[in-house]
Amino acid sequence: MILEAREVTVRYPGAPYPALDAVSLRVEAGQLLALVGPNGSGKTTLLRALLGTLPVDGGTALVDGRPVGSWARQELSRLVGVVTQREEPWAPLRVEETVLLGRYPHLGALSPVTSADWAVVRAALERCDVWHLRGRTLDALSGGEWQRVRIARALAQEPRVLVLDEPAAALDLRHEMEVMELVRELVRSGLACLLVTHHLNLAARYAHRMVLLACGQVVAGGTPADILRPDVVSRVFGWPVTVLEGPDRVPQLFPLRPGP
Amino acid sequence: MIRRMVLLPVVAVLAILAGLAFGASEPGPAGLIAAAGDPGSIPGQILLQLRLPRVLLAFAVGSGLGVTGAVLQALVRNPLADPYLLGLSGGAGLGAVIAIAAAVTSPWGVPVAAFLGAIGAVLLVYRVSLVGGRRLDPRVLLLGGVVVGAFAGALMSAIISLSPAPQLRSAWLWLMGGFGGASWQALAVFGAYSAVPAVLLFVSARHLDLLVLGEETAQYLGTDIERVKRMVYFAASLLTAAAVAVSGVIGFVGLVVPHAVRRMIGPLHARLLPAVALASGTFLVLADLVARTVVRPLELPVGVVTAVVGVPLFVVLLRRTQR
Repeated sequence: MILEAREVTVRYPGAPYPALDAVSLRVEAGQLLALVGPNGSGKTTLLRALLGTLPVDGGTALVDGRPVGSWARQELSRLVGVVTQREEPWAPLRVEETVLLGRYPHLGALSPVTSADWAVVRAALERCDVWHLRGRTLDALSGGEWQRVRIARALAQEPRVLVLDEPAAALDLRHEMEVMELVRELVRSGLACLLVTHHLNLAARYAHRMVLLACGQVVAGGTPADILRPDVVSRVFGWPVTVLEGPDRVPQLFPLRPGP
Repeated sequence: MIRRMVLLPVVAVLAILAGLAFGASEPGPAGLIAAAGDPGSIPGQILLQLRLPRVLLAFAVGSGLGVTGAVLQALVRNPLADPYLLGLSGGAGLGAVIAIAAAVTSPWGVPVAAFLGAIGAVLLVYRVSLVGGRRLDPRVLLLGGVVVGAFAGALMSAIISLSPAPQLRSAWLWLMGGFGGASWQALAVFGAYSAVPAVLLFVSARHLDLLVLGEETAQYLGTDIERVKRMVYFAASLLTAAAVAVSGVIGFVGLVVPHAVRRMIGPLHARLLPAVALASGTFLVLADLVARTVVRPLELPVGVVTAVVGVPLFVVLLRRTQR
């Protein structure tokens, strides 16, 4: 078990209800777990609690069987690569420098960057289709390009777990599919992946298992077919939906319009 | 980029030589060598006891202020940060003015009081900026620095306005900064206080790179964020306080030079910090040279020169950034 939440509870000061209420979840090697739910349901909070950047008020978050708080941050960063929802660099880094930062988990404070590090950087840039952008500064990138650069940086960490918070939000059709195919391929090769998204159809096509969160509680967990049920989704998201079957025999949601 | 990195040390050495060769007396290149060869002579005394420590102190203080500016900009993620933004100059000024108003006669009275004032301000700002008792919030740090600086500035103005004229003048001159009091002893004191913080900041270069991406991402790339922020803040503060103690408040070096160098060689700190150290040291040696030669035999406060040169430079940079 690479990432595990056991009955994790988080309360934000002043909030009437806990942001997470005894949530449990397990991410295994070779598996893509999609954490889905409406806006504000606690997905990102759970991600932070799992990764030790938010203190928990109850329960335990474990990484590779050890409480997350007992890991040194650098040690953890060699194991877990994270692409957060938002990130705004304040100085004009270039693309290849940005991806090189993904090698820092493997470097000491003064140890030099080797040609092996640059080879990893290059492979990551190529895999995410941004090698041709390597000399650009970040302020000259589109939203989708920037997102792919950040995924490349997470790959350069050579992690065993990939945690992606809304990775496809800024991507166009082709790059959304390419990124998800890449993630699936990495998972096939043994990586664990936690995908956080409110994009249910995308999650259903790529995830092995899904966990549906609402108001800080797990509403349902299981295969995509277990989660994408009209009654469950309509209730949790507050909008009527119907479920159809996609061409690859995966359930896909279709929101209904009001009226006859 | 490689060429620029080679150029910087060469320019630094030339600036130091110029700083030694020009001033109230001008030995010329041959005279300089002769003076160095005969330390007992009067030119030798001037060179070795006055000018050399002065030029080296200007270089060291410049490097310190530049590096501090660069790391504080990374810490608060804002290119406008400078070493004095965190209330330090206000605290140091208040300390110095109190010592001057009290007519302390010991030569180290004013520097020690300035140092203590700066450290007091730093601790106060730090305490104000601890959110929930343990997290250091850079935005609050900026605001805390501004208000603590303003408060100290008000007290300072009150004391100055009630002081007799000679004290008033020396307090005012001190606040504008200068190397008139430079000596080997001052250089040794500055070296002793700045060595450890400087090493800590250089060793933190990679964490500072990661801070460019934001605190959350920096943590996911291996930075123990609260420890790094605390260490950088205190190291930068100690370095600035030492600089203020030996040379007064010299503005703009720590703001303009890191900004310019970052544009030239990029924001990665393993390259940026050494380059900023060289460039800021050079800048301040040259500024001091101008300060003691333009109105010979009088001397301008070096802070006046750095601002007069620094402001137009900064405006040009700003306009280029907007393009």
